Amino acid sequence: MNLFDHNRSLPIGSDAKLSTGWWGVLALIVTESALFAYLLFTYFYLSAQTEQQWPPEGLPSLTMPIINTIILLASSVSVWASEHYIRLKQIRWSIGLMALSIILGISFVLIQLIEWHKKPYDMTSDLYGSLYFTITGFHMCHVVIGIVVLLLLLVWLSLGYFDDRRHAAVTIGGVYWHFVDVVWLFVFATLYLFPYSDSV
Amino acid sequence: MAISDKKHNLPDNRLERVPEYGCAPTGSTVEMRLAHTWECNPGWRGWFSTVDHKTIGIRYLITAFIFLIIGGIEALIMRAQLSLPDQTLLTPEQYNQLFTMHGITMIFLYALPILSGFSNYLWPLLLGSRDMAFPRLNALSYWIFLFAGVFMYASFPLGQAPNAGWFNYVPFSGPIYNTGPNIDVFALGMVLLGISTTVGAVNFIVTLFKMRAPGMTINRVPILVWGTLTASVANLITIPAVSLAFLLLWLDRQVGTQFFDVANGGKPLLWQHLFWIFGHPWVYAIVLPAMGIVSDALPTFCRRPLVGYTAVALATMATMMFGFVVWVHHMFATGLPTISLSIFGAASMAISIPSAVAVFAWIATIWLGRPVFKTPFLFFAGFVILFVIGGLSGVMVAAVSLNWQLNETYFVVAHLHYVLLGINVFPVIGGIYYWFPKFTGRMMNEKLGKWSFWVMFIGFNAAFFPMHIAGLLGMPRRIYTYSSHMGWDTVNMITSIGSFIFAIGILIFLVNVMISLKRGVLAGSNPWDAATLEWSISSPPPAYNFAVIPIIASRHPLWENRLNESSERSSLSEGYLLTAGHETIGTSPIDAKPQVILKMPGDSYIPFFVGLFVSLLFVGLLFHWWSFIGVMTAACCITLILWMWPQKSLAQRTVFNADHSSQNNSEKI
Repeated sequence: MNLFDHNRSLPIGSDAKLSTGWWGVLALIVTESALFAYLLFTYFYLSAQTEQQWPPEGLPSLTMPIINTIILLASSVSVWASEHYIRLKQIRWSIGLMALSIILGISFVLIQLIEWHKKPYDMTSDLYGSLYFTITGFHMCHVVIGIVVLLLLLVWLSLGYFDDRRHAAVTIGGVYWHFVDVVWLFVFATLYLFPYSDSV
Repeated sequence: MAISDKKHNLPDNRLERVPEYGCAPTGSTVEMRLAHTWECNPGWRGWFSTVDHKTIGIRYLITAFIFLIIGGIEALIMRAQLSLPDQTLLTPEQYNQLFTMHGITMIFLYALPILSGFSNYLWPLLLGSRDMAFPRLNALSYWIFLFAGVFMYASFPLGQAPNAGWFNYVPFSGPIYNTGPNIDVFALGMVLLGISTTVGAVNFIVTLFKMRAPGMTINRVPILVWGTLTASVANLITIPAVSLAFLLLWLDRQVGTQFFDVANGGKPLLWQHLFWIFGHPWVYAIVLPAMGIVSDALPTFCRRPLVGYTAVALATMATMMFGFVVWVHHMFATGLPTISLSIFGAASMAISIPSAVAVFAWIATIWLGRPVFKTPFLFFAGFVILFVIGGLSGVMVAAVSLNWQLNETYFVVAHLHYVLLGINVFPVIGGIYYWFPKFTGRMMNEKLGKWSFWVMFIGFNAAFFPMHIAGLLGMPRRIYTYSSHMGWDTVNMITSIGSFIFAIGILIFLVNVMISLKRGVLAGSNPWDAATLEWSISSPPPAYNFAVIPIIASRHPLWENRLNESSERSSLSEGYLLTAGHETIGTSPIDAKPQVILKMPGDSYIPFFVGLFVSLLFVGLLFHWWSFIGVMTAACCITLILWMWPQKSLAQRTVFNADHSSQNNSEKI
């Protein structure tokens, strides 16, 4: 019976990517990605057949959305760095960067709320409005949940729960946040860049 | 040998250790310690807090079977109405609600949950593990399933049940033509049920890839595992489509969006796409695990391994791959472009190839084996016959031109009942006969078993075969009555008689369960002399499943000596012991090499409360109680945070900082 050496010592419990939680969040990301794929399918399916002015206000202004996209991506970088500093055993840096990520995430939400407010239509006024607010609303929900997750990670980091050997929660919460950010790129490309493809 | 100290930390036995290795015969200290560690709280506290996959599996089985009975009673009422022309037992509206609830119940509340029941109970036993990857998620999955089922039935007693068919086409289900709460109940209930199915699927996938016994490489897992894995992956990818569709419909109905609103540029066909993108893979999700039951259990009664293991495993996955690209065959009559019809028609026909691979594998297994004609064998062999009949009518309706003729007729009803009852109900009942000794420690009565099979089999064919003819005679589905001038009287009478015979068969089965529970012959650990791991432990299994985590060397751990395929032997009595709390081994995804000692959570009330709060949140949405929704959202958040809070006992937290006061928490268990 020499399938493996049973005298080898094994890590115990939630060891980063060996944990079941890591696999669980990857599965969650698969199913959530599918959800956004269907949302965007809905958008393209309806926009391809519409006879309405699309988008109703004409081509969308890109300045604020691009700035907001950069803010969101920056928050992903700082979440990544926060995890990196745990491995380097520099918990203070890690805490600081996690706080920064949360501030960036909240900024994204605030700017997006202003964007919503500026729209001349709402969810019920026309088909485009239904799509725009449902899709960005779905994404907003994910950002808010992500911010709550990051806040929890910040609390747990501050309580000294994690060190270089046990911080699976940060790895798991972090990859969820990266997912929320990457999905935004697809949403952004669909809602803001795609309308320009017709006008070229 | 290679003790892998991290370079900068001293080895800490709370974070890393050499797992104990050895034997644990019944009655040994190790075994008693495990029994003590894993035993569940007694009484009602245990009832609400258990996370034991076996208990949850049995609950799934019982709950889903109750839904089968409810759906069956609905069907019998409809068959009474249709037995003669011009009957007035039911009003048209009552008939609409009955056939809708019959479909919802059978397809969503029975067919997949019953298979989840089998898989929940069996996976850790088949895979040689002590629990599922996420025991609490498992409990949550059950509670939400139960609450979603109750939710979808809540408006039934008020005469306001869903009434637009189980696929609920707009615009009929939209806000203009369907103003009552009927469709809202269905829409929200489906989103709720989707949560349950999704977390269940995640659990199966992670359990398979992380929790197999050492040595159980990916090509040694039982076929049932392949079936459930494939179904779970499909659910992960397609459930969002139907949840989204129902959510958009609810928004259209209650908030005033315009996704399906024709007058404002919305598209009814969008509903059909989203529904069937989910719906067709779902059909495979509710048959592939059942086919897996047959692939695993049939060989036991043929006294030889399954013929073509690899081919069947690949066919299982191929069926699903095709299954993703056939949804349009539900929409052939909607006026889509010919090219689209051709592609989807061809893909639908191509599915017959992997299906045939599986059928020939079963036939070859029977042919080359020495069949033992016990009750489970009858059900599995009966299943093969029904699968072939259902498959043939499937190929027929996959042909676009014939499909146009048969669309919305009883021929389609006949086809779907042959495949769904044939491939789901027969293997399920056969599977219950097969694993009942494992579930309860007692055998089921063989004589009643054979009676139940023959009555069911004859009743089934008498009920559903004439439906093909009714369809060819032009009888549309979903009509509440018909005139005797149509020439459909005889076939409908035969169908109605057959359906009641079938119901008597189910009744005999239930009587058998009741009698056998009390008076069945005691079964040993392996009454069928089967080959797979679940039969290596006592019946019913102890709370910890395996006192020793086995080390696997082949596909048939219990038949190695007689098959003698190689010189290697699985080790069932010597292996990892892992007695420091709820522990099991985590292995690598493909080769099943030990990687980590997993700390499993114990009993917890949290899943029940999360399930309850989420379900109440949906109740709030139904009634537009906005502040109640806010409170429930907050309650969900708080319970989830408690759930996720890193625990030392699960080694989710560091052990070095400020833990001297409480470090014993994790070890005293």
